Amino acid sequence: MSGAVSATPLLSVRDARVGFSTVRGMLRAVDGVSFDLQAGRTLGIVGESGSGKSVLVRSLIGLVGSGSGAIVGGEVKLDGQDLRGLSAKDFRRLLGRDIGIVFQDPMTSLNPVMKIGRQIGEGLRLNRGLDATAAARRAVELLVEVGIPEPERRAHQYPHELSGGMRQRVAIAIAIACEPKLLIADEPTTALDVTVQRQILDLLQREQRERDMAMILITHDLGVAAGRADDIMVMYSGRAVEMATTREIFRGPRMPYTEALLRSLPRLSDATHTRLSAIPGRPPDLARRGTGCAFAPRCTYRSGRCEAEEPALVREGGRGFACFHPLGGGGGASA
Amino acid sequence: MHWLARQALRLAVVLFCVTLLTFLIVNILPGDVATAILGGLATPEDLAGLRADLGLDRPMLVRYFDWLGSALSGDLGRSHRSGEPVLQAIADRLPVSLQLMIMAQIIAIGIAVPAALLSVRRPGGLFDRLSASAAFGFLATPNFMLGILLIYLFSITLDLLPATGFSPLSEGLWDNLQSMILPALSLGLIEWTVLMRVLRSDLLTTLKEDFILLARAKGLPPWRVLLQHALRPSSFTLITVIGLNIGGLIGGAVIVEQIFALPGVGRLLLGGIFNRDLILVQGTVSFIAVGFVVVNFLVDMLYAVLDPRVRHVRFRS
Amino acid sequence: MSASAAEPATVARRGRPISWTLALPLAWVALVVFLAITADWIGLPDPAAQELILRRKPPSAEFLLGTDNLGRDMLSRIIYGGRTSLIVGICAPFFGFLIGGAIGMSAGYFRGKVDLLAVGFIDILLAFPTLVLALTFVAYLGQSLFNVTLALGILSIPAAARVSRANTLAWANRDFVLAARTIGASNWRILTREILPNLLPPMFAFWLVAVSVIIVAEGALSFLGLGIPAPQPSWGGMIADGREALDVAPHTALIPAAVMFLTVLSLNFLGDVVRNMVDPRRSSL
Repeated sequence: MSGAVSATPLLSVRDARVGFSTVRGMLRAVDGVSFDLQAGRTLGIVGESGSGKSVLVRSLIGLVGSGSGAIVGGEVKLDGQDLRGLSAKDFRRLLGRDIGIVFQDPMTSLNPVMKIGRQIGEGLRLNRGLDATAAARRAVELLVEVGIPEPERRAHQYPHELSGGMRQRVAIAIAIACEPKLLIADEPTTALDVTVQRQILDLLQREQRERDMAMILITHDLGVAAGRADDIMVMYSGRAVEMATTREIFRGPRMPYTEALLRSLPRLSDATHTRLSAIPGRPPDLARRGTGCAFAPRCTYRSGRCEAEEPALVREGGRGFACFHPLGGGGGASA
Repeated sequence: MHWLARQALRLAVVLFCVTLLTFLIVNILPGDVATAILGGLATPEDLAGLRADLGLDRPMLVRYFDWLGSALSGDLGRSHRSGEPVLQAIADRLPVSLQLMIMAQIIAIGIAVPAALLSVRRPGGLFDRLSASAAFGFLATPNFMLGILLIYLFSITLDLLPATGFSPLSEGLWDNLQSMILPALSLGLIEWTVLMRVLRSDLLTTLKEDFILLARAKGLPPWRVLLQHALRPSSFTLITVIGLNIGGLIGGAVIVEQIFALPGVGRLLLGGIFNRDLILVQGTVSFIAVGFVVVNFLVDMLYAVLDPRVRHVRFRS
Repeated sequence: MSASAAEPATVARRGRPISWTLALPLAWVALVVFLAITADWIGLPDPAAQELILRRKPPSAEFLLGTDNLGRDMLSRIIYGGRTSLIVGICAPFFGFLIGGAIGMSAGYFRGKVDLLAVGFIDILLAFPTLVLALTFVAYLGQSLFNVTLALGILSIPAAARVSRANTLAWANRDFVLAARTIGASNWRILTREILPNLLPPMFAFWLVAVSVIIVAEGALSFLGLGIPAPQPSWGGMIADGREALDVAPHTALIPAAVMFLTVLSLNFLGDVVRNMVDPRRSSL
């Protein structure tokens, strides 16, 4: 269960839970997720919308909290420090210095009425104690770094004057401004044109390597995680259903849901007109969950047991999966 | 600049119609200035003579364009009663009315903005519910009633402030403020409720935006997130409502000037109405309407200053 | 057809206890309406009868709410004043909504030049501060119950036109209207049979708000001495009279003020409830 690895992980999450109380009852958006992330590594969190991946990560850094009516539980440690025990002030300081975040849609994640340079410099002034001139100078340097032409002019513009891809570059500049140890990218390319998606992912990967940051890359697209993440955690209905290195996942998934996700990806090796298989059915309603495995209704391998009890995440070697009928390896025995 | 030109043209058309409508109301509706001046005992000949003296016997449209012509050159005519130039009469009293309305607006915004900010820190919390109830109560209080209550409380019961009378600024700032604070409160204490509701609702919408999350992720403390990131993008409806409410504020000023005996434009207008001083009423109402339209126009322009997106759309296309 | 709009569940969903926030305002308004209707038959003293020896008496067993500057019975004057307020408050918006509604519906339905003209007309009316326009109208029409109602009715035209125009625009493109048009229904028929019924719920909610606004406006006119002429009681006029004796007999101003406050407050409460039933999206405001 502990998943003990040699070095202390940069980020350690144990039994994270997020619930929202709604008129229809308690909605468990995240239900007992644990994982570790080493410095310098990239974890891809993959799942359909509503699987709880964004809520999980936002709750870790306090962006989903008591203010929004959520009930948050579990243990989160960054560099060995327990984040839940911090005072609000200390937590904000840590958040600003050590964690950077890039959101999905740069149309909405940048303040529409504040100049770009100031939005980048704001964190620097607050967390690194730079004065206004120094922050402005550093903001321009950061714009250069994320590949924005004419950085001096751009720094004095408002977000609406930039294209979507440019805006996402600005958002990345804001995220890395304070040299964070952990960079969170929440579907950073979903809202962008296909042509710029790759550039943004490349930029994120380059920054992550050069600065030796740990990165969490949240995506609904296994293909996006494929070339960028060292490890992948697949989430379904608020739970982690499979965890493994990217290579292992692509070599042979253990959880039928992961397999289904893989099958919905286009492959170069496929014949030109091979149909992509969509996963039948819809993601479950979080507010009315039955007793069994949440994926069972859509699963081709389901048995009576799948509908009666919920499989726990089983660890096997370095990887883990939550399934009574795992694919590949010989059932439940060690590999 | 195309947008500006269109707006200016629209402004001109509205102003023309507004003055014409004023003229029609004042001149079509019954009520005779000659009878009002000379009293019920005057002979028909006297009345006819006076009408001719005042130029009231000419066709209405001729009189309107006459009036409009001189109005455009800054001459609003002379009061039938006092013989004082109307424009001069308005100019003399305008500072009082402006001071009243500006002070009221400052009070209203000064209460509304902090109240809205404190409300949205915990929506549904104690402060939110208290301020919502207070707003509901003040909203049901007509300004003439509030004026009376304030006089009763501060002048009669507590004996702190004068009930009526005006001290001009030339007699000292303190005296002037003392005579203006209750009138301004009578207006401001009602106005803030609307502003607070609008701002609160917009703030709640803004606070759900991703850029607010990003601001929090930068480690900004909650009050800086509110003031530096949420307030400005939430204030556009507020500006519109402030503009729209100026109409109500002007009406309120008429009443409040009457209650507190302040020599403002509103009292000038009321005097004109009671005395059937056509030219004075026509001039004052037109002046108020024009002022109102122009202020609304300026408020519209203020958008562009506050919202760079609007500036972009309007001034580049 | 829009039966769901009237579901009482919407009220409950706001989480307000229906018990007193709805019952108290309703009871107060009902009381004011009842007294205004039955004023002539419940043995009230003449509201205009002066008794100068008994002037400015505080509330007592004989005069439940005291007497005013001229020794007139305050309770009687308040009840008759309520009648004035209600007549003006109910009729003026009704008149405004009749005309404004027609303007708004034709603007929203026919669009084009009709719309442009209507919007222009509304813009012009809105270019005047409301009270100033009302003052001018009443001053020149002459002071009477009818003229005050008429003037305040004219002032509610723009608001009514806006609400009905916006709603007509929303309804005019619905499938059932297009269907009616394809089977050859006349414009008049479509407007009255298809669109008007859908306009009534929002208009009713708005009318409730208008009633309290107009009651306040009538109060303001009377307060300035430009409302209902003198001997006839009205709340605004009573407050203005009471202002003279605020230091010696504050009840002469404070009692009518309290009555007016409660009435307007109650109407606002009811208007809020109805508006939330008609348009649940607004409930956050």
